[in-house]
Amino acid sequence: MRQFPVEDLIEPIKRMCIQAAKVLPCDVRAKLEEARANEDALASAAALDDIITNYKLAEESQMPMCQDTGMTLVFIEQGEEVCLAGNLEEAVNEGVRQGYIEGYLRKSIVEDPIRRVNTGDNTPAMVYLERVPGDKVTVTIAPKGFGSENMSRLKMLKPADGLEGVKNFILETVRLAGPNPCPPIIVGVGIGGNFDKCALAAKKSLLRSTGEHNPDPFYADLEKEMLVRINETGIGAQGYGGRSTALACHINALPTHIAGLPVAVNIQCHAARHVTEVL
Amino acid sequence: MEYKLTAPLTQEDIAQLKVGDRVYLSGTIYTARDAAHKRFIEALDRGEELPFPVEGSVMFYVGPSPAAPGQVIGAAGPTTSYRMDDFSPRLIALGQKGMIGKGKRSPEVIDAMKKYGAVYFAAVGGAGALIAGCIKEAEVIAYPDLGAEAVRRLKIEDMPLLVAIDHAGNNLYEQGPETWREKHGIGE
Repeated sequence: MRQFPVEDLIEPIKRMCIQAAKVLPCDVRAKLEEARANEDALASAAALDDIITNYKLAEESQMPMCQDTGMTLVFIEQGEEVCLAGNLEEAVNEGVRQGYIEGYLRKSIVEDPIRRVNTGDNTPAMVYLERVPGDKVTVTIAPKGFGSENMSRLKMLKPADGLEGVKNFILETVRLAGPNPCPPIIVGVGIGGNFDKCALAAKKSLLRSTGEHNPDPFYADLEKEMLVRINETGIGAQGYGGRSTALACHINALPTHIAGLPVAVNIQCHAARHVTEVL
Repeated sequence: MEYKLTAPLTQEDIAQLKVGDRVYLSGTIYTARDAAHKRFIEALDRGEELPFPVEGSVMFYVGPSPAAPGQVIGAAGPTTSYRMDDFSPRLIALGQKGMIGKGKRSPEVIDAMKKYGAVYFAAVGGAGALIAGCIKEAEVIAYPDLGAEAVRRLKIEDMPLLVAIDHAGNNLYEQGPETWREKHGIGE
């Protein structure tokens, strides 16, 4: 059994928080460049130019690409042969605290949803722990802004609603969101499971490399079809009108109950920040 | 069309602007988002003055990230504007002439813009580092306890904006997608 004191997570998490805020990953950059090359509407193309200039400038000047440096999502895959010794949440929060303070990132978390006092250090992070084979600890930091999070939806469909019901719900969600979530977006979809696992499946689909398809060909085809239909809405970059509404659609499916067909759509803005390290 | 304007704005500035126009805005503007807007309305309800001169003012919906040493301000892109919809009509009625944000506005805001003459500008969401370069001075003038949400006075130079909704209520977020779909022969 590999011993891994949780304190050893603090430094990497701090570093990854700062990197995520300032350096847009290559997969997202490539999709933005592709969207720009395919855009035929002037205002949408100009917005994409600004978005591309912005992420380059952010990296050069070490400034966050977006002022909403997000709620910090921390996904930890713990190998079955690793013992994570200590208070995991406390260590994660210490890393986040140091990263957000030392990196001059915005502190966007309030302690209570109604009384709304800012915690001052962006903690607590949202921690997602999963057990996987092996003796490694894999940490992914994915800061999530709320412009796009606010446009996300979940619905408990009837089994009779079927595939058409799922498609309509995805398109309805994208149309209702319109310009608000900072398109071009990435559309993360969870289908099946129960109320909460469905939402988590949608969220986890956003951790894939942008445009990487579901390994099941049925869902890969559905992702391709939905991306075309989403881009036929004409919303375009920033909602100014154009082809570049979404960079990708990712779908994750789960077993579900005979009485249910949950579907969740978690929308991600173009600043699709994620950093992964294997420790 | 392209315009260079200086805030505070006048009725004449507003009247010439049409949906889709590009505006490079300079001058003095103010920042506020959810929590500060709530306090503005509470102050007005108590019969108090607003902490900024509202006549002709331009409000930028932003909660910037902190300035690192040597910087005027951190990343400073627009936040989503609909969350301010409940508060904006009252400010527009008092003389606010411009709002800078991103995304849709409510019919009530658009009605107030038409009635009193105001314009809604879109800045590119998520372009926080780019927009920060247009901000030459930043000073917190009210509600410092709100941190990123405090009210700031900004001096800006040539901030690139689009007229998203003009004083006649023409709306880029409706017209832009419709025009693109028509061009490509795609129905609603």
